[in-house]
Amino acid sequence: MSTGTAATRRTVIKQVGAGALAAGGLLLVAPSARADLAKAQKLLKELIGEKVPQEGKVRLDMPQIAENGQTVPLTAAVDSPMTPDNYCKVIHILADGNPEAGVCSFKFTPANGRAEFSTRMRLAQTQNVWAVAEMSDGSVWMTKTEVKVTIGGCGG
Amino acid sequence: MADIKPRIKVPKTAKKGELVEIKTLVSHVMESGQRKDADGKTIPRKIINRFTCEFNGKPVCEMVLHPAISANPYISFFVKVEESGTFGFAWYDDDGTVYKAESKIDVTA
Repeated sequence: MSTGTAATRRTVIKQVGAGALAAGGLLLVAPSARADLAKAQKLLKELIGEKVPQEGKVRLDMPQIAENGQTVPLTAAVDSPMTPDNYCKVIHILADGNPEAGVCSFKFTPANGRAEFSTRMRLAQTQNVWAVAEMSDGSVWMTKTEVKVTIGGCGG
Repeated sequence: MADIKPRIKVPKTAKKGELVEIKTLVSHVMESGQRKDADGKTIPRKIINRFTCEFNGKPVCEMVLHPAISANPYISFFVKVEESGTFGFAWYDDDGTVYKAESKIDVTA
Protein backbone atom coordinates (compact mmCIF):
# COMPACT_ATOMS: atom_id res chain seq x y z
CA MET A 1 0.00 0.00 0.00
CA SER A 2 2.60 2.51 1.07
CA THR A 3 4.95 1.64 -1.82
CA GLY A 4 2.05 2.00 -4.24
CA THR A 5 1.30 5.53 -3.09
CA ALA A 6 4.94 6.55 -3.34
CA ALA A 7 5.22 5.31 -6.90
CA THR A 8 2.08 7.13 -7.91
CA ARG A 9 3.22 10.35 -6.33
CA ARG A 10 6.56 10.15 -8.06
CA THR A 11 4.93 9.53 -11.43
CA VAL A 12 2.56 12.43 -10.93
CA ILE A 13 5.40 14.80 -10.03
CA LYS A 14 7.37 13.69 -13.07
CA GLN A 15 4.46 14.19 -15.42
CA VAL A 16 3.56 17.60 -14.02
CA GLY A 17 7.17 18.69 -14.14
CA ALA A 18 7.65 17.61 -17.73
CA GLY A 19 4.38 19.26 -18.76
CA ALA A 20 5.34 22.55 -17.13
CA LEU A 21 8.73 22.51 -18.80
CA ALA A 22 7.26 21.79 -22.20
CA ALA A 23 4.60 24.51 -21.85
CA GLY A 24 7.14 27.03 -20.59
CA GLY A 25 9.49 26.24 -23.41
CA LEU A 26 6.82 26.63 -26.05
CA LEU A 27 5.50 29.89 -24.64
CA LEU A 28 8.86 31.54 -24.17
CA VAL A 29 10.85 30.41 -27.14
CA ALA A 30 8.67 29.80 -30.16
CA PRO A 31 6.97 33.16 -30.90
CA SER A 32 9.94 35.36 -30.00
CA ALA A 33 12.37 33.24 -32.03
CA ARG A 34 10.23 33.66 -35.12
CA ALA A 35 9.96 37.43 -34.59
CA ASP A 36 13.72 37.76 -34.17
CA LEU A 37 14.41 35.82 -37.35
CA ALA A 38 12.10 38.16 -39.28
CA LYS A 39 13.93 41.14 -37.74
CA ALA A 40 17.28 39.79 -38.91
CA GLN A 41 15.96 39.21 -42.43
CA LYS A 42 14.54 42.74 -42.53
CA LEU A 43 17.83 44.24 -41.39
CA LEU A 44 19.77 42.21 -43.93
CA LYS A 45 17.55 43.67 -46.65
CA GLU A 46 18.23 47.19 -45.35
CA LEU A 47 21.97 46.54 -45.41
CA ILE A 48 22.41 44.85 -48.78
CA GLY A 49 19.22 45.73 -50.64
CA GLU A 50 17.79 43.26 -53.12
CA LYS A 51 21.05 41.37 -53.60
CA VAL A 52 21.03 37.66 -52.89
CA PRO A 53 23.98 36.51 -50.79
CA GLN A 54 25.98 33.52 -52.04
CA GLU A 55 27.38 30.85 -49.77
CA GLY A 56 31.12 30.82 -49.18
CA LYS A 57 34.15 33.11 -49.09
CA VAL A 58 33.29 34.53 -45.68
CA ARG A 59 34.35 32.70 -42.53
CA LEU A 60 32.95 33.15 -39.04
CA ASP A 61 34.78 31.62 -36.09
CA MET A 62 32.82 31.36 -32.87
CA PRO A 63 32.63 28.79 -30.09
CA GLN A 64 29.94 26.13 -30.64
CA ILE A 65 28.86 26.45 -27.04
CA ALA A 66 29.02 29.70 -25.09
CA GLU A 67 28.70 29.24 -21.35
CA ASN A 68 28.13 32.94 -20.84
CA GLY A 69 26.24 34.92 -23.44
CA GLN A 70 27.56 38.23 -22.09
CA THR A 71 30.80 37.97 -23.95
CA VAL A 72 31.29 35.55 -26.82
CA PRO A 73 34.41 35.95 -28.97
CA LEU A 74 34.00 36.10 -32.72
CA THR A 75 36.37 36.39 -35.66
CA ALA A 76 35.10 37.11 -39.15
CA ALA A 77 37.29 36.91 -42.21
CA VAL A 78 36.91 36.98 -45.96
CA ASP A 79 39.10 35.08 -48.36
CA SER A 80 39.89 37.99 -50.68
CA PRO A 81 42.84 39.98 -51.96
CA MET A 82 42.91 43.54 -50.63
CA THR A 83 43.94 45.51 -53.70
CA PRO A 84 42.31 48.85 -54.62
CA ASP A 85 40.29 47.23 -57.43
CA ASN A 86 39.35 44.03 -55.63
CA TYR A 87 38.74 44.04 -51.90
CA CYS A 88 36.18 43.30 -49.22
CA LYS A 89 34.28 46.50 -48.40
CA VAL A 90 32.39 45.48 -45.30
CA ILE A 91 31.46 42.55 -43.09
CA HIS A 92 28.12 42.77 -41.30
CA ILE A 93 27.41 40.60 -38.28
CA LEU A 94 23.77 39.80 -37.48
CA ALA A 95 22.15 37.67 -34.79
CA ASP A 96 18.74 36.11 -35.41
CA GLY A 97 17.81 35.50 -31.76
CA ASN A 98 18.77 38.76 -30.07
CA PRO A 99 16.37 41.61 -29.17
CA GLU A 100 18.10 43.64 -31.91
CA ALA A 101 19.38 41.86 -34.99
CA GLY A 102 22.35 44.15 -35.67
CA VAL A 103 25.66 43.32 -34.02
CA CYS A 104 28.25 45.30 -35.92
CA SER A 105 29.52 46.27 -39.35
CA PHE A 106 33.23 46.44 -40.02
CA LYS A 107 34.24 48.56 -43.01
CA PHE A 108 37.61 47.81 -44.59
CA THR A 109 39.85 49.66 -47.03
CA PRO A 110 42.66 48.13 -49.11
CA ALA A 111 45.06 49.56 -46.46
CA ASN A 112 43.93 46.79 -44.11
CA GLY A 113 45.77 44.20 -46.16
CA ARG A 114 43.58 41.43 -44.77
CA ALA A 115 39.80 41.30 -44.43
CA GLU A 116 39.62 40.02 -40.90
CA PHE A 117 38.51 41.39 -37.55
CA SER A 118 37.70 40.11 -34.08
CA THR A 119 35.42 41.34 -31.33
CA ARG A 120 33.19 40.04 -28.55
CA MET A 121 29.41 39.95 -28.64
CA ARG A 122 26.32 39.30 -26.52
CA LEU A 123 23.95 36.44 -27.23
CA ALA A 124 20.53 36.38 -25.56
CA GLN A 125 19.91 32.70 -26.32
CA THR A 126 20.98 29.84 -28.56
CA GLN A 127 20.81 31.17 -32.11
CA ASN A 128 22.46 31.61 -35.48
CA VAL A 129 25.01 34.34 -36.00
CA TRP A 130 25.31 35.58 -39.59
CA ALA A 131 28.33 37.08 -41.28
CA VAL A 132 27.60 38.92 -44.52
CA ALA A 133 30.43 40.28 -46.66
CA GLU A 134 30.10 42.87 -49.40
CA MET A 135 32.89 42.98 -51.97
CA SER A 136 34.09 45.89 -54.11
CA ASP A 137 32.70 44.16 -57.21
CA GLY A 138 29.21 44.20 -55.67
CA SER A 139 28.95 40.50 -54.83
CA VAL A 140 27.61 39.48 -51.42
CA TRP A 141 28.70 36.40 -49.48
CA MET A 142 27.23 34.93 -46.36
CA THR A 143 27.69 32.27 -43.73
CA LYS A 144 25.79 31.27 -40.57
CA THR A 145 27.04 29.67 -37.40
CA GLU A 146 24.92 28.28 -34.59
CA VAL A 147 26.06 29.09 -31.07
CA LYS A 148 24.48 27.33 -28.12
CA VAL A 149 24.13 29.61 -25.12
CA THR A 150 23.93 28.36 -21.53
CA ILE A 151 23.33 31.74 -19.83
CA GLY A 152 21.86 34.56 -21.93
CA GLY A 153 23.55 37.92 -22.18
CA CYS A 154 20.81 40.48 -22.57
CA GLY A 155 18.62 39.99 -19.49
CA GLY A 156 18.77 41.84 -16.20
CA MET B 1 34.52 60.52 -18.22
CA ALA B 2 37.64 59.68 -16.32
CA ASP B 3 36.90 55.98 -16.03
CA ILE B 4 36.93 55.41 -19.78
CA LYS B 5 40.41 54.65 -20.98
CA PRO B 6 41.20 53.15 -24.36
CA ARG B 7 43.96 50.56 -24.46
CA ILE B 8 45.71 49.75 -27.70
CA LYS B 9 48.38 47.30 -28.73
CA VAL B 10 50.33 48.20 -31.85
CA PRO B 11 53.82 46.96 -32.70
CA LYS B 12 56.50 49.67 -32.27
CA THR B 13 58.35 48.65 -35.41
CA ALA B 14 57.56 46.82 -38.63
CA LYS B 15 59.00 46.11 -42.04
CA LYS B 16 57.62 47.91 -45.10
CA GLY B 17 54.62 46.03 -46.43
CA GLU B 18 54.21 43.98 -43.25
CA LEU B 19 50.79 43.01 -41.99
CA VAL B 20 50.52 44.18 -38.38
CA GLU B 21 47.78 43.19 -35.97
CA ILE B 22 46.18 45.94 -33.92
CA LYS B 23 44.26 45.17 -30.75
CA THR B 24 42.07 47.70 -29.00
CA LEU B 25 40.01 47.65 -25.84
CA VAL B 26 38.05 50.42 -24.22
CA SER B 27 36.42 50.27 -20.79
CA HIS B 28 32.77 51.04 -21.33
CA VAL B 29 29.51 49.68 -19.88
CA MET B 30 27.83 49.37 -23.33
CA GLU B 31 24.44 49.72 -21.64
CA SER B 32 22.10 48.06 -24.12
CA GLY B 33 18.93 50.02 -23.35
CA GLN B 34 17.05 46.77 -22.81
CA ARG B 35 17.83 46.18 -19.15
CA LYS B 36 15.55 47.32 -16.35
CA ASP B 37 16.56 48.60 -12.93
CA ALA B 38 15.12 47.45 -9.58
CA ASP B 39 12.04 49.69 -10.03
CA GLY B 40 11.27 48.22 -13.44
CA LYS B 41 12.36 51.34 -15.31
CA THR B 42 14.40 50.88 -18.46
CA ILE B 43 18.02 51.89 -18.08
CA PRO B 44 18.73 54.27 -20.98
CA ARG B 45 21.00 53.08 -23.76
CA LYS B 46 24.62 54.25 -23.62
CA ILE B 47 27.01 52.52 -25.95
CA ILE B 48 29.95 53.27 -28.17
CA ASN B 49 28.27 53.30 -31.57
CA ARG B 50 31.28 53.82 -33.82
CA PHE B 51 35.00 53.14 -33.89
CA THR B 52 37.45 54.50 -36.44
CA CYS B 53 41.10 53.96 -37.21
CA GLU B 54 43.23 56.21 -39.39
CA PHE B 55 46.88 56.21 -40.37
CA ASN B 56 48.68 59.52 -41.00
CA GLY B 57 45.28 61.17 -41.29
CA LYS B 58 43.93 58.72 -43.89
CA PRO B 59 41.00 56.49 -42.89
CA VAL B 60 41.90 52.80 -42.62
CA CYS B 61 38.77 51.19 -41.27
CA GLU B 62 35.62 51.82 -39.33
CA MET B 63 33.24 49.75 -37.26
CA VAL B 64 29.59 50.41 -36.47
CA LEU B 65 28.64 48.95 -33.10
CA HIS B 66 25.20 47.92 -31.88
CA PRO B 67 24.11 47.06 -28.33
CA ALA B 68 24.94 43.39 -29.03
CA ILE B 69 28.64 44.18 -28.63
CA SER B 70 29.86 43.16 -25.17
CA ALA B 71 30.83 45.60 -22.42
CA ASN B 72 34.41 46.86 -22.68
CA PRO B 73 34.42 46.43 -26.45
CA TYR B 74 37.43 44.61 -27.82
CA ILE B 75 38.26 45.08 -31.50
CA SER B 76 41.23 43.69 -33.36
CA PHE B 77 42.14 43.88 -37.03
CA PHE B 78 45.06 44.07 -39.46
CA VAL B 79 46.80 46.91 -41.25
CA LYS B 80 49.43 46.68 -43.98
CA VAL B 81 52.02 49.36 -43.22
CA GLU B 82 54.02 50.98 -46.00
CA GLU B 83 55.59 53.92 -44.13
CA SER B 84 56.33 55.19 -40.63
CA GLY B 85 53.60 57.18 -39.02
CA THR B 86 50.90 57.51 -36.43
CA PHE B 87 47.74 55.53 -35.97
CA GLY B 88 44.77 57.50 -34.68
CA PHE B 89 41.90 55.70 -33.00
CA ALA B 90 38.54 57.15 -31.99
CA TRP B 91 35.54 55.75 -30.16
CA TYR B 92 32.23 57.62 -30.43
CA ASP B 93 29.88 57.47 -27.44
CA ASP B 94 26.07 57.81 -27.69
CA ASP B 95 26.34 60.94 -25.52
CA GLY B 96 28.57 62.66 -28.07
CA THR B 97 31.88 62.12 -26.28
CA VAL B 98 34.80 60.96 -28.42
CA TYR B 99 37.58 58.95 -26.79
CA LYS B 100 40.86 59.11 -28.66
CA ALA B 101 44.18 57.33 -28.67
CA GLU B 102 47.31 57.40 -30.81
CA SER B 103 50.20 55.09 -31.46
CA LYS B 104 53.39 55.57 -33.48
CA ILE B 105 55.02 52.92 -35.61
CA ASP B 106 58.50 52.89 -37.17
CA VAL B 107 58.62 51.20 -40.54
CA THR B 108 61.94 50.08 -41.99
CA ALA B 109 62.59 49.08 -45.56
